[in-house]
Amino acid sequence: MDTLVAQLQRQFRDYTISLYHQLFWYVKGFLDDQFTELKKLQDECSPDFVAEVVSLFFEDCEKLIGNMARALDQTGNVDFSLVGSSVHQLKGSSSSVGAKRVKGLCVTFKECCDSQNFEGCVRCLQQVDIEYKSLKAKLQDLFNLEQQIVQAGGRIPQVDI
Amino acid sequence: MARDGGVSCLRSSETMRVGIGGMESPPLDLDEVHVLAVDDSLVDRIVIERLLRITSCKVTAVDSGWRALEFLGLDNEKASAELDRLKVDLIITDYCMPGMTGYELLKKIKESSSFRQVPVVIMSSENVLTRIDRCLEEGAEDFLLKPVKLADVKRLRSYLTRDVKLSNANKRKLPEDSVPVNTSLPPPPSPFTISPDLSDSSPPLTISPESSDSSPPLSPLEISSSPLSSPIDDEDDDVLTSSPESSSAPEESPARRQKMTSPLD
Repeated sequence: MDTLVAQLQRQFRDYTISLYHQLFWYVKGFLDDQFTELKKLQDECSPDFVAEVVSLFFEDCEKLIGNMARALDQTGNVDFSLVGSSVHQLKGSSSSVGAKRVKGLCVTFKECCDSQNFEGCVRCLQQVDIEYKSLKAKLQDLFNLEQQIVQAGGRIPQVDI
Repeated sequence: MARDGGVSCLRSSETMRVGIGGMESPPLDLDEVHVLAVDDSLVDRIVIERLLRITSCKVTAVDSGWRALEFLGLDNEKASAELDRLKVDLIITDYCMPGMTGYELLKKIKESSSFRQVPVVIMSSENVLTRIDRCLEEGAEDFLLKPVKLADVKRLRSYLTRDVKLSNANKRKLPEDSVPVNTSLPPPPSPFTISPDLSDSSPPLTISPESSDSSPPLSPLEISSSPLSSPIDDEDDDVLTSSPESSSAPEESPARRQKMTSPLD
């Protein structure tokens, strides 16, 4: 007999693993082990630490992407070093939270800035925007699952990646 | 959570409360380590603050070199009676910051009479040997590669406590019981024995931050899912691509080497 809690826990485990891995070799996981490092910093005294940090990260994404979009919008007068410095910041914070795909995109994005490749920058910007929103949705689902487990009276399983 | 650009503090019960603009000293607790963290990135500030607090440090986090100097009372010439009460045991700063870099902050701290003895640790997302050299030559105690992990901070903490308890007489000695786990600079280029010339020990400093030693060397991810991992995975690691020193990455785990050569089974 499979209790609700057990079902939810299994769902949580599977979903977590899927965020780190992907089905096909050429598709990267959404998260890397820095996310695991953040989880180590969460405890009864700081039970929402991870959620709070990623929330700040997503706000950071929004702000930086806005800056980059504005800079790229200055047709004929794009300040690529300005875009580059925003990319550098985004790369840093994505690295700090374990947002693997966003971080990877920033590497390409930085190269486009350095070579003043306008179309490349625009494409990267679009991808970064999609990517952070996608991660945000997925982590929201994960946190919701956690909440459901707790509300159903269960423990959040420790998932070893 | 304070989100202002100046000074941030999280759980007030655990951190020293520092007002915006007005810098209060922490309640003097001689046994507790007080760390000044400097980073322009809010996300990184929050993370480093938590890392430090979880290892029982009191933390003041500021967002720029200028704020750090202001906090230390080094931003003007007049000596302040307050300074006698200000106890800072470690300064940890990001390297790349707008305005004043971590390197410039390091220099200013080492030039000051009141704080030159305080160990300064530099953090950077880029593994650039010349940068590391420069900082260590200028007197930095250690250099951490970002993203900073719990093991890195625990390592700092372990030699810091010893320094605080010992007299100032002989700070620069080998940590006898230093924890061998070191994710950022394996094997640890012991900060106490490092000489300005690092040519002998350069290879360890070029290890990719991704080859984390804090987890068991061959994580299940890397062994069981090698067909799933892509050689492209290593391309997003700018350490491997940008630093000329790191092309060989001699200490990569077998699993990683395997990953690179057989993307598909």
